[in-house]
Amino acid sequence: MTWADLLFLLPEIVLSIGGCLLLLAPVIGGRNNGVAAKWSMLLLLVATAAAIYVAAGAGIPSLALGTLFVADPFAVFFKLLFVVVIAMITLLSAEFLEDGRYSAWEYYSLMAFALCGMMFMASGTHLISIYVGLELLSLASYILAGYYKNETRSTEAAMKYFVLGATSSGILLYGMSLIYGACGSLHLEAISQAVATMAGNQALIIGVMLLGAGLCFKVAAVPFHVWTPDVYTGAPTPVTAFLSTASKVAAFAIFARIFYMGLHSLEPDWNSIIATVAALSMIVGNLAAVTQTNVKRMLAYSSIAHAGYALLGVLAMSEIGLQGVLIYMLVYAFANIGTWAMVMLLRRREYAGENVDDFDGLHKSAPLYAFAMVVFLLSLGGIPPTAGFIGKYYLFAAAISAGYAWLAVIAVLMSAVSMFYYFRLVVAMYLKDGAAADVIPSRQVRFIVIVCLIATLTLGILPERMIRGAARSIAPIVNLASR
Amino acid sequence: MIPTSWFLILGAILFSLGVLGVLTRRNGITIFMSIELMVNAVNLTFIAYARELGSLHGLMWVFFIMAVAAAEAAVGLAIFIALYRHRETIDVDEANLMHW
Amino acid sequence: MANYSILLIAFLIVLSVPVLTIFLIAPLVRASRPSKVKLEPYECGVEPASVAFDHRFSVRYFLVAVLFIIFDVETIFLFPWAIRLEQLGWFGAIEMAIFIAILLVGYFYAWKRKVLTWV
Repeated sequence: MTWADLLFLLPEIVLSIGGCLLLLAPVIGGRNNGVAAKWSMLLLLVATAAAIYVAAGAGIPSLALGTLFVADPFAVFFKLLFVVVIAMITLLSAEFLEDGRYSAWEYYSLMAFALCGMMFMASGTHLISIYVGLELLSLASYILAGYYKNETRSTEAAMKYFVLGATSSGILLYGMSLIYGACGSLHLEAISQAVATMAGNQALIIGVMLLGAGLCFKVAAVPFHVWTPDVYTGAPTPVTAFLSTASKVAAFAIFARIFYMGLHSLEPDWNSIIATVAALSMIVGNLAAVTQTNVKRMLAYSSIAHAGYALLGVLAMSEIGLQGVLIYMLVYAFANIGTWAMVMLLRRREYAGENVDDFDGLHKSAPLYAFAMVVFLLSLGGIPPTAGFIGKYYLFAAAISAGYAWLAVIAVLMSAVSMFYYFRLVVAMYLKDGAAADVIPSRQVRFIVIVCLIATLTLGILPERMIRGAARSIAPIVNLASR
Repeated sequence: MIPTSWFLILGAILFSLGVLGVLTRRNGITIFMSIELMVNAVNLTFIAYARELGSLHGLMWVFFIMAVAAAEAAVGLAIFIALYRHRETIDVDEANLMHW
Repeated sequence: MANYSILLIAFLIVLSVPVLTIFLIAPLVRASRPSKVKLEPYECGVEPASVAFDHRFSVRYFLVAVLFIIFDVETIFLFPWAIRLEQLGWFGAIEMAIFIAILLVGYFYAWKRKVLTWV
């Protein structure tokens, strides 16, 4: 490690220091919860500047910490996405925390540490940096899920998330240890070189399966999805938005990097399993969502289904597939945060405002919000001209060109099923009369809804920049995989 | 010298016991102990491979895994205490506020 | 193998010191005047609230235990650094200072949040 390495680590360093300062703020005098969000936003702004500074030099090989860490365009793409997502969640959280029952400083401190962990995940080229980043994210998430410690539901959600999350980490680690034994190293490039010559090694295959199981847990794919509905329902809503967006995107970043960079030559050994997981996620997620009356739970099952779609991009093992994963994550993040902002808009008491009926008659009292919700739901369902269509188009096209036409058929059918339950909300908003008259959005929620609305429509109508950006971002990884 | 495979088999047995404990036990703390057992099985596997391969990477992993496991233990105990304050029990089957 | 027999002897000598002291010498020389206070189980100066097996521990014990686990285990990173102290030089020293500073942030937080004060 040299001093030059520190430049590549600048966003992470900024976030670590900022997280510590946010943690210390309340014990050295800062009691005002309202100010915490502002300081947190300032920190995120500095982190963004640092990430852009790193991005400006990301064309050159930029390995840091030996070879554990790389600041390539792929990492920079995800880092910028993470910062934007966390900034939006910070704004959404402000309202939740301002009544002062729970300290806001620690909350934002944990967010900063989680973001730092996600950035390490995006940049990790060695399984240890990926693992430590993942644990930093997970530990912060467990606490955030239980942040409303006086609410039994929140605490229960934290307990379930912790028990299953820690178990999955153990499984992930056991997989890593077996891969280490087979390959002699856990650097992704070294794994890639080693596995090319050892197809059929039993320990290696078991290791890859266990690693895949751990990763599937983190992205909430069937059959490792059971925690998702309970945790998403029980956690405070801004934290649910965080879990379903930031943490899932980060998990896909490492999923894609590990499989594309490290395990691509083992594809014949894992593709049928990942294909099954993807198919099951789409089917189970969408069908279970149909029966839900609680919006948070419905969106939880829907997010399981979205993990299934995005897995198609990993499965395809092609340029277009990886590009599809990046585009889908970007698109999904905006539509999803927008939807969660709408759920928070309708919140009347602590957890209310989350039944489908709560959307009744929203069209009359708040037409703009009803329209925004329709756009978000269309995007999640993948209907043009919203951005979700572009993401699904790339993923399905990748699946077909890689020879998984049957999966693409399932994906299209299940997208149709998903429109059924998304449209229950649309029907509630436009065709029913109801009590949604008292919508008084805070400035932050209004801002987030409008930002997500503009992003979802713009990316859907003018997707060229996004597609080119994704194409540039995947270049280093695709070059490596084709070698 | 004891062959590496013995350590690996022991690691696999411990790991399986840990998984079994997580699946069958109902007391939160016992489940957590089972998770720790899994993590320690991983540590054993890493050390066995590190000796076999003559590389230090596996040992380095053990340091990181131990540190992370400690942080995990702290968070987990805190969550169980918070749950106990609500429910007067840490039986995970009692945590059934949300289903379907 | 002969070289190691000295270790066994040293081990026996070391072991014999506490054993002899506790079980042989001390009972001979000490005065034996038991009283109620002296016969109480040792509980760090806290009066025992009940017998051990049905006693519920205060949740504060857990907080202390949690803090202990963290600060205890994090010190394992000091050992590899200490072994390679000279090779790592000032850079390693600064890195370790940063690591300890981060731990101290946590310690300071716990202290100010009154986790360490016993109510």
